[in-house]
Order: sequence, then C-alpha cells, then structure tokens
Amino acid sequence: MDMNAPIGQNALDDPKSIVGKPLDRIDGRLKVTGAARYAYEFAQETTTTYGYVVEAAIGKGRIRSIDTRAAERSPGVVLILTHRNTPGQGTGSHHEAHPVLTDANVNYYGQPAAFVVAETFEQARAAAYLVRVDYERVAGKYALESNLKYAGSPPAQEGQPHPDSAVGDFTGAFASAPVQLDVTYTTPLQSHAMMEPHASMAVWEGDKLTLHTANQMLSQGQEAVARTLKMPVENVRLISPFIGGGFGGKLWVNADAILAAIAARQLNRPVKTALTRQQIFHVTTHRSDTVQRIRLGTDRDGRIVAIGHDVFSGNLPSEQSFETAAMQTRTLYVGANRLTRHRLVPLDIPIASSMRAPGEAVGMLALECAMDELAAKLNLDPIDLRIRNEPTEDPEKHIPYSSRHLIACLQEGAKRFGWDKRNPKPGQVADGRWLVGMGVAAASRGNPLRTSKANVRLDPDGILTAKMAMTDIGTGTYTIMTQIAAEMLGLPPDRIRMELGDTRFPEAAGSGGSFGAASAGSALFDACETLRAKLAGAAGMDPKAARFADGNIEAGGRSKRLTDLVGNAGMEADGEIGPGTTLKDFSQQSYGAHFAEVAVDMDTGEIRLRRMLGVFTAGRILNEKTARSQAIGGMVFGIGAALEEGLNLDPRFGHFVNHDLAEYHVPVHADVPVIDAVFLPELDTKSNPLKSKGIGELGISGAGAALANAIYNACGARVRDYPITLDKVLTVLPVQA
Amino acid sequence: MDNDDRRVRVTRRTVLESGTATAALMLTGFPEVALSAEPLSDKAVAPVAVDLQINGQSHTLHLDPRTTLLDALREHLALTGSKKGCDHGQCGACTVLLDGRRINSCLTLAVMHDGQSITTIEGLADGATLHPLQAAFIAHDGCQCGYCTSGQICSAAGMLGESRAGMPSYVTADLAEARPELTDAEIRERMSGNICRCAAYPNIVAAIREAAGTPT
Amino acid sequence: MKAFTYERAETITRAAAAAVKPGTKFIAGGTNLLDLMKLQVETPSQLVDINRLPLDKIEDTSDGGLRIGATVRNSDLAADPRVRRRYGVLSRALLSGASAQLRNKATTGGNLLQRTRCYYFYDVTKPCNKREPGSGCAALGGFNRIHAVLGTSELCIATHPSDMAVAMRALDANVETLDAEGKARSIPIADFHRFPARTPQIETMLKPGEIVTAVTLPPPPPGTQIYRKVRDRASYAFALVSVAAIVDAAGGRIRSARLAFGGLASKPWRVAQAEERLAGASADAEAFDGAANAVLDGARGYGHNDFKVPLARRTLRAVLTEATRA
Repeated sequence: MDMNAPIGQNALDDPKSIVGKPLDRIDGRLKVTGAARYAYEFAQETTTTYGYVVEAAIGKGRIRSIDTRAAERSPGVVLILTHRNTPGQGTGSHHEAHPVLTDANVNYYGQPAAFVVAETFEQARAAAYLVRVDYERVAGKYALESNLKYAGSPPAQEGQPHPDSAVGDFTGAFASAPVQLDVTYTTPLQSHAMMEPHASMAVWEGDKLTLHTANQMLSQGQEAVARTLKMPVENVRLISPFIGGGFGGKLWVNADAILAAIAARQLNRPVKTALTRQQIFHVTTHRSDTVQRIRLGTDRDGRIVAIGHDVFSGNLPSEQSFETAAMQTRTLYVGANRLTRHRLVPLDIPIASSMRAPGEAVGMLALECAMDELAAKLNLDPIDLRIRNEPTEDPEKHIPYSSRHLIACLQEGAKRFGWDKRNPKPGQVADGRWLVGMGVAAASRGNPLRTSKANVRLDPDGILTAKMAMTDIGTGTYTIMTQIAAEMLGLPPDRIRMELGDTRFPEAAGSGGSFGAASAGSALFDACETLRAKLAGAAGMDPKAARFADGNIEAGGRSKRLTDLVGNAGMEADGEIGPGTTLKDFSQQSYGAHFAEVAVDMDTGEIRLRRMLGVFTAGRILNEKTARSQAIGGMVFGIGAALEEGLNLDPRFGHFVNHDLAEYHVPVHADVPVIDAVFLPELDTKSNPLKSKGIGELGISGAGAALANAIYNACGARVRDYPITLDKVLTVLPVQA
Repeated sequence: MDNDDRRVRVTRRTVLESGTATAALMLTGFPEVALSAEPLSDKAVAPVAVDLQINGQSHTLHLDPRTTLLDALREHLALTGSKKGCDHGQCGACTVLLDGRRINSCLTLAVMHDGQSITTIEGLADGATLHPLQAAFIAHDGCQCGYCTSGQICSAAGMLGESRAGMPSYVTADLAEARPELTDAEIRERMSGNICRCAAYPNIVAAIREAAGTPT
Repeated sequence: MKAFTYERAETITRAAAAAVKPGTKFIAGGTNLLDLMKLQVETPSQLVDINRLPLDKIEDTSDGGLRIGATVRNSDLAADPRVRRRYGVLSRALLSGASAQLRNKATTGGNLLQRTRCYYFYDVTKPCNKREPGSGCAALGGFNRIHAVLGTSELCIATHPSDMAVAMRALDANVETLDAEGKARSIPIADFHRFPARTPQIETMLKPGEIVTAVTLPPPPPGTQIYRKVRDRASYAFALVSVAAIVDAAGGRIRSARLAFGGLASKPWRVAQAEERLAGASADAEAFDGAANAVLDGARGYGHNDFKVPLARRTLRAVLTEATRA
C-alpha cells in the first residue's frame, strides 16, 4: 500500500496491544553472551585469507609509482591489489558504492591505494607497511572556512529538498525588524565512531558472491555491489544479521566490501577484512563541518518576522550531498519572510555524508542557540519565546502538520526539570567552585517513509516467520517487529521468528534517516493484514470482524485455531509500503524539548553535564524501553557534539590528525550522569499505518544546543564554535579569588 | 566557483612540482618522509606454542608471536564474543578477565600468557543460567548494537571484584577509606574505559547497580 | 607489526644481557609498546618479556619510604594501602590515568617509559624528529593543541603523557636500574627524562640493555597532597594540564611546597624557584601568582596550545588555594 490517506482505527490501537510495551530486546540474550555474530565473525574455512588496506598518504595528487615487490615477498602474502591489476568497475549509483583502485589519482587522503591479502592478519598487516608508494602531490583545497569563496549551489535532486527556499521579502523584513540577531555558528568535522569497524567477508561460489558485511541498507547495498562489480543483482547476496552501530557510517557500501569481493574473486578463496580504527576516519565517510549564519528579526514582542539560515558545508568535487542544516529552520517557527540557502564547497578531503540526523544535528546546534540568544536579547524566557513563535501550519509549505506537540514537550519538560528554578541572568549560580546553569532547546526531525517489503508465513507448528532484508543496527528492529507481528496475529512473541539481515528476503528500506521502523514495520503490518484476511477467509469469517488472540481467530461467536487453518504447507502473505501523498499534504516531523544542567569549573573552565532530560512526541511508541534507550543515545551524541567531538584537519596534508578513539573524543560513562527521556502519548495517522514517527535521530536534534545554552547560563560565555571545550570559556571565567 | 581557473592552476602546479622533494616541501613544508631503509622483506616467523586456560578449558595453540590475545580468541579459537573495536586499548570492547582481572585483550600478546587463565564473555554464564550481570543487562536494556556489550559485561565483572577488594577510583573522595562505597558516580568512573557509542550508559549503570547487589 | 623473536626472561641479569642486542625491547604491560608496534612506530626485532621477573613487589624501605618493583601494575600501586595513606598524590595520579583495564596491565617501569601522544609521532607517514630524526616536526606548524609549552626545542614540542611520573617527580622518586654488565644505579627522576633539545628521539638516561628494576620513594614529605588533572572529558583522556602538589601550610603560612606539572612539557615539570618563593610565604594571591610566574617562565604556545599557559596558571592557583585552606 502507498500512504495516500490518513489511517483509521486499526489492530494496533487495542489498548492491550503488545506494541508499545517495554518488551526486553529479543536479541538481548545473544548479545550479552557474545553469541551475536557480526560481519567479521562468520564461520570461515581454513582457506580464508585476510585483507589489509593501504591508504593514500597525501590529500591530492597521483601515485607516481607503487612498489609492491617487498610486500609480495613477505611471508604469507597471496595477493596485492593496486590500480594496476584491479579490474574496472561500474560506477552505477555513485553514492552507494565507490569503485576502488581505479587509477593513479588520489582524490582524498586515505583513499585506498593498495589492498594486501595474506594467509593471516598479522602477515597482511606487516606486508601492508612494505608497500612503497611514491606520490606526486598537487595543491588541494582542504579547509572549509578558508575556501568559502569557492562555494556553489548544489544541484537540486529529484525527491530531495531544494537547497534554497524563500518566502516573502526576507532582506527587507530583516532590515526593518525592530529586534535583530545576526550570528554565525561553526560546527566541526565529525565522525560516526560506531564501535564495530567496517568489515566484510567475501565468499564466491562460481559467479555468485556472498558478502557478510556491516551495512545498514542491504537491499540498496546489494544493487550497489552488483553495479560496481558489473554482475547481475541476483548473483549478489549481502548478509548482515547484526551490525555494531552505523549512525550513517554504514549506509553505503564501503571500500572494505568491494576490495574483499574483488580479491576473493581473483584468489578464488574467501577474503575477510576490517578497516583499522585509524583507517575508518579517512577511508569511510564523515559529517562535514559547517559555517552557519542565522538571522532572526522580530517585532518588539518577540514574534519572528524574518528568519534566515545560510549554510556552508564541504564535499569532494565529485559528490553532491551537502549538510542539510537549514531544513528545520524552514518549518520550526513562524515568520512571514524566510530565506534558507545551502552552499557546497568543493574540498579534497574524504567523502562527507550522512551522520545521525544529517542536517538537524548541526543545524539545530545553531538555530536553537540563536533562539536562546534572541530570548536573552528580548528579555524573554526561552520557552516563552518559542511559544510566541509556534506556527499553526507549516510556514513555508502552508500545509498542516501531521501532528505537532512541541509546546507540550517544552512545558512538560520544564515542569519535570524544575525550569522555574533557573536564574535567567548568567553566571549567578555557584556550587562550590562550579558555576551552574540550565539550558533548553527544541528538538525536531523530519519524518520520512520509504518503500519496504515483507513476507510472513504461519506454519502448522504455530510459528510465524517474518522475513525482510531489514537490519537491526542496535535500534531494536528485531524486537519491535516481533511485537508488531505478535499483535497482528494474536500470538505470543516467542511464537514469532524474525529473520532479518539477508538480501534473500524481501527488499527493505534498511536502517537510516529515522525511516527504518516506520517503513519496515508498515510493510510487516501490511503483510500481516493480508495474512489475517487469508486466515479469515479460510475460517469463513469476515476479516473486518475477526479478532486474533491466543493463537485463535474469533468472529461471530466462533473461534478457530490458526494452526488448523494454515494447512500442511503453512500460509504465506506479502506486504509492502510506499510513501504517498500524505508526505506532501502534511508537514511531518517528530518533536521534543531538551533540558540540560551543566557546571563550569570557575578555575579551569572544565564543563561537565550534571543532568539532562528529553521530552518527546514521536507518534506511537513501538517499545517504550528500546525507544527510551535510543532517544538517550541520541542525546548523548548531542553531549559529544556540544562538548567533545571534532576532527582536526591539518590543511598541509589534508588529513584528520586525531584519527583514533584516544584523541577523537566521544562521551564515556563519566560524561553521562543522570539522564532520562520521556515520550508523551501521540498517534500520527498521517505518517504510516503504525501511526509512529522516527525516533533514532530525534534525540540528537537540538540536544547539544541545550548544553550550549546551559553553558551560557552558567558562565556567560556564548561560544559559537563547537565543540565547546574549556579553552573557549577560559577568558570569561571570573578572576580567581 | 570557477572550475576552469582551478584546473589551470592545478595543471601548472603539477608541472612545476612533479618529481622533486622541493615540490613536496612547497606543499606541506616538509621533505618527503624518507621510507626507512629496513630490509625489504619481512622475515618468516616461527610459531610459538602457548597453553591458555580459557573459560576453564585448556588450549594449546601454535601462534605467530605477533598474535594478540584478542586475535587468538577470535581467529584461532572462534571465540568471537570478545570484540575488536579499536585494537589499541581506546574503547574496551575486547575486555576479558585475566586471572580474574579485567584487561584489554587487544593490547597483549597471547604468548605472554602461557599457562594463565582467561575468562571471556562466553565463559560467564553457568550453562543456561546467565551471569547476574548478563541478566541485568537484558532487563535494563544495557545494550543496543551489542558490539561493546561483551566488553562492558566483562569489565563490570572485573570492576565489581575490584570494588569488593576495596580498590579506590579517581573520584573516591577519601583514598584512605578501606572500602569506598560503589555509588553511581563511582561506577561511571570505573567503567569509563568501555565506550558505548549507542550510549546505553545510564542503562548499563542501572544494570551494574542491580547486579552489584546480587551475590555471584 | 614487524616480525620479532619473542623471549621470556627468567632472571633480571639475563634480561639485561639479552637486551644489548640492537632492536631489542623489553615488554611488560605492553599497553604502549604494542599500540605503537601495530602502527609500525616501534619496530623491535626482539621482545624480551619481563613479566615473570621478581619485580612485582612493593616493599618498605629502611628510611620509611617505599620501593616499587618495575612490574608492579599501576592499579596495584594505586590500591596499595601504604600508597593510599602516605602518597595520596601518587595514588590519585595513577587512578586518573587511562582506564582500569589499562592500569591492570601497565607497569611502573613502562609508565615511566611511555612515549608521547603527539598525533604526528603516531603516524609514520608524517614527519617527526622523535620517530625519524631529521624528518622535521609536523606539530610545530600543525595542529598542536595537546603539545608542550615548556622545555620544547625547535625539533620537538611533544609532551610526556604520564600522570604517575608527575606525582613521582613531586615526590623526588629515584629510578633504579641494572645495566647489561649487572651494574645497578639510581637515577633521580628529575634527571631520568631528557629535554628534546637536538635529540628528541632520546627520551631517557637509560643505556642500551639497561633495565628499570624499581622506583624508590623517599619518606612522604609533610603536607597536603593533591593531584589535579584537567582534561577534555571527564575520564579516559590525557591531561591538558595536571598539577601534583604537596603543600605544608598552617595558619595561612606555607612552610614548604612541591609542585610538579603534567601536560606542559616534554618531561614532568618542576621548578625549584617556584617552590622557593612559596616556602615561608603567606598563602595569598601574590604568593600563588609569584609561583605561577616562576613555573611558566619562558613558556610559549604554538597556536592551538596557547591556552595551556593561562590554564596552568589558573589550575595552580586553584590547587594552592585548596591545599592551604583551613
């Protein structure tokens, strides 16, 4: 079905529904016992070989010569791939798989220059260091801020939001606004830093390839691999039942997969490879840094009359994706005159791509701090300012919201957090040698839906098996899908066998962009609906009147065992969901409010979060336990973005100097004190049959801004350059007593 | 952006700078790093025999001495529960217990542990009965993607032992105190060597707090 | 990681003798050495495993101090009741370093010998005079937020990353060694680490084959002991600035002070003049500033690390205020 009309009452609306209940993660036991297997861990033959990537060590130029003789003579080495002996590849859908080792050109630092395969990991690694690459460097453009003059408009893409938007007369309205704020924020290069390194194991049987690979979107990945390797899609199988985190870093097919596949074909032996932690930062994608100018003009009561957001981000000249940081600015607050523009700067650094909440994650670091600055300027409470600017319809598209409860989130959060205890004047509250402050920010994230399919089969033994080429990257997909299927067929969860992570199953949306649960879950819902109708037919009952409970179907006072209806072969049904007109007719976002209390050491400027609360609305919550975990996870990403994370570019080499987890800081246990996430009840009938909205990225959207605003409230430092490290607040700290 | 201008500039530079060390100096300020004049090929390595007691079972392996304890577990014994997240002691996913003490198995060589006893995530449960930490991690949703989970649980097991033995931490106010109380702040500090990018941190702390009260 | 031969040493003298062979490294905890070997920053051809040598004891010395064996693990040293009661600054410094897993492995000797965390040192494709003499220092004109502001040379601005050694410097520890001929010597920790000067690749006074056998601590000096570590995240991060302080004060007057600093220099930093200025002074802002001036005399930033100078000043002020309170 396509989502062309609001959804009426359905089976999930039953107040006793298992959907929404805090069911323990059904793959929990596999994970806590170490039995869940990831791409690098599949049973291997003794013939399996190990691959190790050699990265280009210059930012831009070409390989003048590459000497592999010493490496070839090194013990255990069975193959060295370079551009000289690597077969040509298809370029196909460029953003989904990048051909490797195509020629001598080096387009970015860390681009694979060679791939060494040996009998053991130790041998491959040692030999990789024996590969001698002689480069011819050319000057490259590396740093975003020093190359803004080369910025251009990214091409508008089919199905993607246009890079520019304008409503009314922004320039005139801003110039004449009684209250004006014009501020520029910068956010740094960031890395997904998921715990499982990108890894693949390639096994060929004849002309058929099986690729165990850490990938968030298997169906798309299957096609990308096929196009890149110039082979029929049906001859490519991707398997990925467990993925050790992705956050966007495993959306696409990365070099590990293509290199392993090519080497395995040449060797006619299985090849497995994992990027080293150091390599991940350059070989795979990152989030671009941004320069963001925000202009807000209001009347004397704080009603926005002009809102503008200009965003610069960077990417390789061959790439068109840009950081969509102003998308929420188009829809979050009122204002008759509006202007948003995204500009892309061609840079010769590794590929920039999606990282958790692309756009919102960094856009709201700017917008939601600008709102805080505006509130201070107007002498208004920041929550009050947002209430004054709450729209009744989407201010650019002039369409209704599918559902929107931002104010409720702000008010409920304020009550729970004790917002009334905040002193609006900065630098007033001390606790020992700490200055303490509170901050608030709105959360908002677009709610997409993608095409997805599912298959279900009920067998005579009472087991319902559901199959989808869907992934669970830690989001809880296995669990929520189990709950949906259990509810739809009236079966206990232990009667559901959820099979994901294999492209032999029906093509699915995959995990990304907060569309996974809605898309795959709706496809499963649709398949279950069809199965219900079939079962009702077999029972001679009216499908509309039939109730499914305890393994039975009931209608009109009659009851039948489902297992008696499915025959010896079992009964099967397919389902499908596709986006439809409700995405155009309704402005769809999930919403929330972040509250943070931080302390700033008045001697050293050290900034520590003390407590944090997120209150969200995201349609139907499919599992309140895993949803809370995911929301908290997003909020902690926000803590990292606010306080710690940033890749430091060295513009002489075009590389990221802090390319490991010792120096690219992500939050550790000690950085995360009391923190909670709460969902307020909501059903969104326009979003999808589940009436849910995406939650994977809502938690990060705006989270860091709440910390930044709390830092300002604590010590009076308005830092517009993320991350907010202690050196940036040192100068405003009080003179020591 | 003016594409043509850029192409011209690049071409000129290429011509001017190709093939000389000075060229690199102009671009990076450094001469090309000389590749060290090491012998061209790596020497073959004779395997070394090592006896490891893993989860109560004795294993004799013949290993390249470069093999880390982590790779010995994962690649030679198919005990893939211990994870490789960074291979440099910067994430904690590889944490195992060595004679009861938690260590990063990625930063030690298997040959260094001849005759020693190692407990991995696969050895924590008692048959079908989960270790209290494992059960608590499920109940409190202490994992999402699961990749750091083995390390978190082994680390927590080691940490609880350290705590019971009276080990202080950086946040212990009075170091002279014989048995510092295991507050949430103490758990967080002591577990900070285990990164969870999904950030199940509050749930992990809750799970550990619960298991800390359960005798093992 | 290049291939190497592995040997387990049975006696200390045998270990020292074996290590005379060029390309030999001792391995104990291995937490830094293997880290660097995987990146081919260290390329030993032979490893001598000293984990089973009888160097793992902490003993009382006749003068009321402690003798800490070279392979005593950082966690065991931090948890030793004598260290916790009498050398709190050392226990706290150890506990501030790395993670519990690493501290369970890392040893006293290895911690002293750990190498800098300079990003460019860790990356063999980049110039680094410490790793490859004569190749240049990429940190000087590069990203140098974590680098040194004191004791640098035009060839190297790397810091020494240890917390433990900073506390030991404040405690006037001595490093005991045995050379290949079986001769023992004791090196004051002040002399143990070298300035980078013209030879940043030579970091300590150790000769080839010379093995650290122990660190001795004199009896604890009187006064309050504090280790304050300032860093970018709450745990599991190297120091931007750290201060080890032992301050004996009463009634608003300072009798004596010992101050050592981490994160600022190529070696644990200590300035006698600063301590002399404090001895006998009243515990006030003027005295604290005077001490800070003496410590930071000659300090210079290299751009991204400029903030370390005011940060060190403020941190010292906070530590001295805390140490002289009440």
